[in-house]
Amino acid sequence: MNDLHRLTIHESHELLKNKKVSSVELTRATLKYLESIDGKIRVCIRITAEHALERAKSADKAIAEGKCSPLTGVPLIIKDNMCTRGVTTTCGSKMLENFVPPYNAHVIEKLTSVNAVMIGKANMDEFAMGSSTENSAFFTTHNPWKLDCVPGGSSGGSAAAVAADACIYALGSDTGGSIRQPAGFCGVVGLKPTYGRVSRFGLVAFASSLDQIGPLAKDVTDAALVMNVISGHDKRDSTTVPLDVPDYTSALKPDIKGLRVGVPREYLVEGMQPAVRQAIEAAVKQLEELGASIDWNVSLPNTRYGLAAYYILAPSEASANLARYDGVKYGYSYRDSTSMWESMEKTKQYGFGAEVKRRIMLGTYALSAGYYDAYYLKAQKVRTLIKRDFDRAFETYDVLVTPTSPTVAFKIGEKADDPVQMYLSDVCTLPINIAGVPAISIPAGFVDGLPVGMQFIGKHFGEETLLRTAYAYEQATPWHKQKPTIA
Amino acid sequence: MKLTDKEVRHIALLARLGISDSEVEKFREQLSNILENFDILSQADTEGLPPTAQSITLENIYRPDETKPSLPVDEVLANAPDREGNSFKVNAVLE
Repeated sequence: MNDLHRLTIHESHELLKNKKVSSVELTRATLKYLESIDGKIRVCIRITAEHALERAKSADKAIAEGKCSPLTGVPLIIKDNMCTRGVTTTCGSKMLENFVPPYNAHVIEKLTSVNAVMIGKANMDEFAMGSSTENSAFFTTHNPWKLDCVPGGSSGGSAAAVAADACIYALGSDTGGSIRQPAGFCGVVGLKPTYGRVSRFGLVAFASSLDQIGPLAKDVTDAALVMNVISGHDKRDSTTVPLDVPDYTSALKPDIKGLRVGVPREYLVEGMQPAVRQAIEAAVKQLEELGASIDWNVSLPNTRYGLAAYYILAPSEASANLARYDGVKYGYSYRDSTSMWESMEKTKQYGFGAEVKRRIMLGTYALSAGYYDAYYLKAQKVRTLIKRDFDRAFETYDVLVTPTSPTVAFKIGEKADDPVQMYLSDVCTLPINIAGVPAISIPAGFVDGLPVGMQFIGKHFGEETLLRTAYAYEQATPWHKQKPTIA
Repeated sequence: MKLTDKEVRHIALLARLGISDSEVEKFREQLSNILENFDILSQADTEGLPPTAQSITLENIYRPDETKPSLPVDEVLANAPDREGNSFKVNAVLE
C-alpha cells in the first residue's frame, strides 16, 4: 500500500484494526518518508527509528491480542521538550543537548500504555521561547508550503511534520500560542486544552501558570482521539483538575445550528494582513450558513494589554524555572573554573541562546526589588481583567472566533532580529493562555499559497464545543484535504 | 524606560547569568525597547482588583506525607556533569 504516511489516525486505525496493514509496515513507511524529506524541512532533532520499530512490534502484538485502541500502532512525533526515558530531550537547547531523561513525561506514559509509536523528537524554539523555530540551538525548520518561510513556533517541528505527512500526528506544547500559531502557519489542526486538562509532569517547564500540552493533527477527529488519551488528572501535576474525561469523539457532530458565535473586534487588529482578515470573515460567514448565529461586534476591551502582560508574566516565571540550569545536576556545565559562581554564570552564558537570556533578564527585572509592583503585580492584576473579559463573553457566546495569527507564515530571517515584531505574531493567541481557556486552530483558507489559521476559543473545559464547531466547519470546507507539494 | 549598562549588569548578576560586553549593549537596547512597550499597562485601571496567579480555581492540593520509592541514584546521577559517590560534585562554595 502506497502513501501510508499520508493517513490520519482514524484511517490508520481502520487498517490496523482490520489487519490490512501492520504497525511495523505503517511505521517503516512513515519513517522512510520522514527520512526522505527531513533534509529539506528539518522537523526532527532526533529520529528514533530503532525505538519506533520495537514499539511497532509491541503494538502489532497487542493488536493480535485484540487490544487495538485508536492510537495503537500509530506513529507520532513528540516535541523535544517532553521527557522520554532513555531518549535525549534537548528542549532545542545546547543546555540539554545530551540530557537523557531517567523517566517519561505523563503524556508519554499515556501514549505508551496504548502502544503508540514515537518516531522522532521534533525541533522547537529553545525552551519553547519563540514563534518560528529560529531560536532552536540546532537549526530552523522550514514551512512545507514554502520552504523559505518559517513553520511558526515554538512547536514548529511538530506542525511542519504533520503538514508534510512526515508522521500521522504530533504533540506540542503551548504557553502563548506555541501549538496554535504553528498549526495555523502549516495548515493543520492544533488544540491547546484548558489549563489543568493535561498533565505537564515531565514537560520541561517554561511558564508554569500558562504551559499546556496538546495535539497537532491532520483533522479535527484526530485531535479528539489524541485528547481522549492524554487528558485527565495526574497527582504529579497538582494543577490538573480531577474532572472526568469525556469521549471527545462524541462531540464530532456536524451540527452547529443555534450555536452562539462571537467575533471579538479587538482581534481584527491594525497591522493585520488584509487577506487574512478577509479569509476569516469568509470563514465566519460559512459558520453562519451552517446555522450558527454570529455577533460581529463583541468586545474584549482588555485585549490590548495582553501582549505586555504576557511578556511580563511568562518571562518572570521562566526566570524562576530556568534558574535550575546551574551546571550541577544535569545539562551543560562550564568546568574551567575553580569558582562556584563563575561556573554557574558561565554555564548559563554558554548554555543558553539569545532569546532565552533575553527572557531571563526581562523576568528577573520584572521581579526585582523596586519593580515588582509596577511590572509583575500590575501584570497579574491585568490578568484578572483579561480573564474577566472572557468570563463575561462566555455568558453570551458559546465560541469566540479570531484569526490564529495576524499574518500567514513569514520569511525565515524576516523578524529574527526584532524581538517585538516577533512577539506580535502571537498577539491573538497569548490572551487565551492568560485566561487559561481552551482554543483550537484549524485551516481556514490560503493566502499566496500559505495556510490561514482560524482560532476558536471556548470556556474552561469547553473542548467539546470547540471540537464540534471545528468539525462542522471542517466537514463543510476543503482546506484540510489540501497538501503541500514538497519541492 | 531606558536601562543603563549598570542596570543590565545588575539584572544579569541577580539571575547569575554571565554576560559579555557586547551582550550588555544589545540587551540594554532590546530590553529598553520591550519595556517601553509595557508602558501601556499603566492605562489599565486595576484599582482594587486582586492579582491572578493562575487561571483555575484549584488551591492547596495536599497529599499524605508518605515515603515512596524514588528513581535509582545511579540513574539520576547518570546526567550529572560530575559526581563523587552518591553526590553531585561541585566547586568549593566557601573560599
